[in-house]
Amino acid sequence: MEYVLIIIAAVFVSNIVLNQFLGICPFIGVSNKVETALGMTGAVTFVMVIATLVTYIIYQYVLVPLDLTYLRTITFILVIASLVQLVEIILKKISPPLYQALGIFLPLITTNCAVLGVAVLAVQQDFTLLGSTVFAIGNALGFGLALITFSGIREQLDMMNVPKGMKGVPIAFIVAGLMAMAFMGFAGLV
Amino acid sequence: MAKKESSFFNMVSTLFVVTLIAAGLLGSVYALTKEPIRLAELKKKNDAIKMVVPEFNNNASEEFYKVGIDGDSVSIYTATMDSVVVGVAVETFTNSGFSGLIKLMVGFAPDGTIIDVAVTKHAETPGLGDKMEIRKSDFHVQFQGKHPDDFKLMVVKDNGNVDAITASTISSRAYCEAVQRAYDAYISSQPKEN
Amino acid sequence: MNQWNNFSKGILKENAVLVLFLGLCPTLGVTTSAVNGLGMGLATTFVLVMSNLVVSLVKNAIPDKVRIPAFIVIIAAFVTVVELVMKAYIPSLFDALGLFIPLIVVNCVVLGRAEAFASKNNVVSSIIDGLGMGVGFALALTVLGGVREILGSGSIFGLSFIEGDGMLLFILPPGAFLALGYLIVLANKLKEKTT
Repeated sequence: MEYVLIIIAAVFVSNIVLNQFLGICPFIGVSNKVETALGMTGAVTFVMVIATLVTYIIYQYVLVPLDLTYLRTITFILVIASLVQLVEIILKKISPPLYQALGIFLPLITTNCAVLGVAVLAVQQDFTLLGSTVFAIGNALGFGLALITFSGIREQLDMMNVPKGMKGVPIAFIVAGLMAMAFMGFAGLV
Repeated sequence: MAKKESSFFNMVSTLFVVTLIAAGLLGSVYALTKEPIRLAELKKKNDAIKMVVPEFNNNASEEFYKVGIDGDSVSIYTATMDSVVVGVAVETFTNSGFSGLIKLMVGFAPDGTIIDVAVTKHAETPGLGDKMEIRKSDFHVQFQGKHPDDFKLMVVKDNGNVDAITASTISSRAYCEAVQRAYDAYISSQPKEN
Repeated sequence: MNQWNNFSKGILKENAVLVLFLGLCPTLGVTTSAVNGLGMGLATTFVLVMSNLVVSLVKNAIPDKVRIPAFIVIIAAFVTVVELVMKAYIPSLFDALGLFIPLIVVNCVVLGRAEAFASKNNVVSSIIDGLGMGVGFALALTVLGGVREILGSGSIFGLSFIEGDGMLLFILPPGAFLALGYLIVLANKLKEKTT
C-alpha cells in the first residue's frame, strides 16, 4: 500500500515535470512528435531507475559511513555519466533494435536534471532501498505521462493557427501551464 | 602546448588527476564551512524556539532530549532563565498535511499550557493552507494560553475547539494533530505526579 | 570591442533562457520571488565563470575523449563549493532554492559554455563569456521572479504593496509556465527591434 501511494504521489500529485520542474529541457525539446517522446521516456525510465538504485547504495553504504556526504553531487553525476555510457555499450551489444530506438536519446540524459534530481530526492527522503526504487519508477512514469500527453497536444498544435509571435516554444509553455493547472486538481489525493 | 592524445593511459590518468584535485578542493572547503554550517543550523533552531517560549538565557537549541511517540520521535527543548524553567519547545510533525509533511515548534509552559505555535516547515498551498504561518495570518493566536486538557485540539467540524483556516480544513486538521502529538510527548516525558 | 561582444551577447541576443531555452528547470523552479531568482542567477554565474576559467586553463591537458566527464567533474566541484558556502552563510536562501542548487551541475548552460566556448578560447575571453552568460541568466530569472512575485504575492523583493493575496496562480507551478511563455514572446519582440 505504501508503495502504491509513493507511485500515485510521484505520477500525479507532485509530477516531476509539471510540479517539480525537473526535466524541462527534454520536455520542451523532444516533444514535437509522440514517437520521439516515447523513445525518450523509455531511455529516461531505464537510466533513472538504475541510477537511483546505484546512487542510493553508494550514498548509504559508502558516503554516509565515511562522512563524505558533501561529495554527493559530484559522485552522483559521475555515476550517472558512466552509467549512461555503460547502458549505451551494453544495449548496443545485446539488443540492437532497442539501441536503435533509444540510442540517440542516451547522451542527452546525462544532463537531464530529472535523473540527478530524483537520485538526490530519493536519498533526502529517507526511503528504504525498495522505496527509492519504487520512487524512481513512479517519477519515470510521471515524466512519461507528462511528456507523451504534451507531445500529443503539440502535434495537434502544429496545425492550429497560432499568433505569429507565440509560435513554437512560447505557445508550448502556455500549453504546459494549462496542463500544470489540470494536474493541480490531483493535489491532496494522497 | 599540443593537445594530449586520447590514449588509454592519458584518459585514465587525466580523469584521475582531475577528480583527485576536485575532491581535495572540496575537502578543504568542507573543513572551512563545517563549523559555520553547524552554527547556522543551530541558529535556525534557536530562532524557532524563541518564537514559542518566553525569554530564556540557556543554550536551549543544544539542550534537548528525544521522546518516542507514534512510532517516531520528537525533540523537546527546555528553555531556562537563570536555571528556572520558563517553557519547553517541542519540535513536532505530521504527515497528514494537504501536501504531506508539516513541522511545527510548539511552546508549552511548565504546566502544559500552550504558549505559542510556529510552523518551521510545510508545503501547503499558497493563499490557503499556508495561512498557518505566523506571518501570514492569526490562525496560531487561538492556541495561545490554552490548555489542551480543556481546549479540544480538533477543528470545529470534528467537534473540537479550533476554528479552521477557511477552505483549508485538511491543513488545519493536520496542524491540530501535530500540536496534540507535541502535547502527548511533553506529558509522557514528565514524571507522574502523585 | 570584441570582448564587449563576448560579454553582451549573453544578455539578450544569445540569452540562455529566453533565446536558447537552456537551464529551464531552475528558471521555472525557483522563481517564486525576485530574490530567489537573483540568488539562483548569482550562484549560477559564479559556477559559470569559475568553470569557464578552469576549463580554458586546462583544455590542452585533457584528451578529447574524456573531455565531457572531466568538465562535469570540474563543474560539480564548483557547485558543491556554492552549496557549502550558501548553507553556511545564507541558510534561508539555501532552504528556498533547495534541490536546485545541486542541480546547477546539470544546467545545460554551464556545460554548454564549457564545451562550446571555454574549450576553444583563451582565459580572458572565457571569463568574460561566462560573466555575460551568467548576467543574462540572472537577469532573466530576476525578471521572471519579479513578475511572478508582483502578480502572485503583490510584492517586489519582499516589499508588499497590496493587502492580502495577489493572483496566487502565479506563484503556483502553472504560473511559472505561463509567465515564462509570455516573457519569451517579449524577448523575441525586443530582439527583432535591435537587429
